[in-house]
Amino acid sequence: MATANAQLESRSRAVGGRAQSRERLLSVSIAGLFAVFVLSLSVGATGISLASLPDAAWFKLFGGDEVTAERNALVLFELRLPRTLLAAFVGASLAVSGALMQGLFRNPLADPGLVGVSSGAALAAITTIAFGNEFAKPWMDAFGVYGLPFAAFIGGLVTTLTLVAVAGRHGRLMMGTLLLAGIALGALAGALSGLIAYASDDRELRDLTLWSMGSLTGASWPKVFAILPFAALMIFAIPFLIRGLNGFLLGEAEAFHMGINVERTKWIIVLTTAACVGAAVAVAGVIGFVGIVIPHIVRLVAGPDHSIVLPASAILGAGLVLIADIFARVVVAPSELPIGIILAAIGAPVFLHLVLRRGVGGME
Amino acid sequence: MLRRPTSKLRKRAIVVSLALSVMGLPALADGPTTRTIPRNSAGVDTSRIVAIGGDVTEIIYKLGAGKNIVAVDATSQFPPDALKTKQNVGYMRALSSEGVLSTRPSLIIASDGAGPPEVTRALKSAAIPYVTVDGKDTADGLRLKVNQIAAALGLTPLGKKLVSEIDTKLSKLDERRKTISKTKSVLFILAARDGRAIVGGNETSADAIIELAGARNAVSNLTGFKPLTDEALIGASPDAIIVMKRGDGSKSHEDALALPGVKLTPAGKTKQIFVMDGVYLIGFGPRMPDAANDLMTKLYSRDATDANGQGVN
Repeated sequence: MATANAQLESRSRAVGGRAQSRERLLSVSIAGLFAVFVLSLSVGATGISLASLPDAAWFKLFGGDEVTAERNALVLFELRLPRTLLAAFVGASLAVSGALMQGLFRNPLADPGLVGVSSGAALAAITTIAFGNEFAKPWMDAFGVYGLPFAAFIGGLVTTLTLVAVAGRHGRLMMGTLLLAGIALGALAGALSGLIAYASDDRELRDLTLWSMGSLTGASWPKVFAILPFAALMIFAIPFLIRGLNGFLLGEAEAFHMGINVERTKWIIVLTTAACVGAAVAVAGVIGFVGIVIPHIVRLVAGPDHSIVLPASAILGAGLVLIADIFARVVVAPSELPIGIILAAIGAPVFLHLVLRRGVGGME
Repeated sequence: MLRRPTSKLRKRAIVVSLALSVMGLPALADGPTTRTIPRNSAGVDTSRIVAIGGDVTEIIYKLGAGKNIVAVDATSQFPPDALKTKQNVGYMRALSSEGVLSTRPSLIIASDGAGPPEVTRALKSAAIPYVTVDGKDTADGLRLKVNQIAAALGLTPLGKKLVSEIDTKLSKLDERRKTISKTKSVLFILAARDGRAIVGGNETSADAIIELAGARNAVSNLTGFKPLTDEALIGASPDAIIVMKRGDGSKSHEDALALPGVKLTPAGKTKQIFVMDGVYLIGFGPRMPDAANDLMTKLYSRDATDANGQGVN
């Protein structure tokens, strides 16, 4: 650990002033996240601002018959607050999952969907969209509007467990097998999804397309409470993974010689990521980009040490998704844009700028 | 900007007095605040309607309540006035709760296809009356839709009148259909991309309108809108082909006419190929009987490629 840290430190110094920029990054991003959070609560198509919060809160707590307060309470507490929290949790989960996957595979292109969660979740979601009135009807009747998110979560988890069963030998997780089997399973799920899409009518097709672009439109309290335990689990796991991932930066064997329980770390990372990404995909559809770009931005600014990469990814991921969602809600109001379009439009230029200025941040 | 406030006030006073004189004496007597608000039989204020679904919007306009619409969804293509003068809440399957609420509706009338489900659920819980309009793409479905919407607007008599107009047109259509001696087979091409035609099979609105027009679907072995290869297109050997034109003036239908297989079908050989407006033909709004009638005329009159320019070779 000491050697790893020393090496990281010297690397940081070589690039110059990174120890300082680390603290700066953390404090600036926490302040920024708070500001964006408040902004997200105060803007929206109805033009209701935070100034109406006291009235709305009064209505929420004590009731009343004032129509404006009722409407404000509905917009602030039932639409904006759950949506804001959901955006933050989804962003944090995806960004940290991305950082974990890139650290685990020592590959800058590793995506949180690598363990098969996204493709499995998509297959399950598409199945409920296309067959919601046929064989999947009992399922949809049982879970109502949450039939799709729940199916997506189960689908993601089943795929990951299948992968882990394939790649696990005597308690050891074979990373190469995991990666290749993940690609194979992804292709299989993609083929089945394509087959279902072919058999769908045009309304189902539009639904499929919209779902795969990701959206926070359907945010509600049950969805917030659905993702909360997984996001909390991930935040809780971060301190236990920092040492292991820093060891992995040097190589699996080196990490082992540093006294890191390599196998346990791998299992924790794969399962946490699967659960978190599964929950995120279930509540918000497929939101790409965050999982790859945010960890890279952090590494470019503050270096590869996971004691900064993981927490900063959580904060910046939450912030970026919040900002993108604010744009999604406001730009074409009273209609809405898919969030994926905005994420790419905001994030890609920033990312490109950083890459051109600073290289690829210890991932080459 | 340099104008003094007094002149601004004077201008406003002139506008107000003009408006009052237009509204007439009762407005002057009662003051503008007690202007009668339109209500339905349940007492619901119908002065600010959000209409979701192309057929829903069209029926509301037909019932004369178009002026009370404040917002429509992106599928409300007819009358063209709707999307030009009203706010647009986006595609009907991807609505936003706050977006719809921001138009301050007093009544939401939505097709049963509106979504996503979480959003329609939130809207229904928002203390704003929410009317779901369901009705299949059939003549009965159309009657049902008109009656539901008329009731929601408090315009039941007007709705009955519209239904009887539709019925009259449909019975005339039935009469005409009986005179058809040889039923033609028709291929409906929704769009053509990369040289592949997307055609309307069984259980589509296209199939329904073809049947109403006294013809039969050339690809009834397919279900839904499906891509068709050139070979299958020739194999279907339709007597006539209908190509959809989008209302926005795009030339997408020309791709369909350029398909190599089209020339080899009976329709291509006899030049029985018609370009029609999609919203009109398969929208299943109040113009449905006219659309079916027009299609029948095109299919069964001898001089289909006549001067009105609808026929295309």
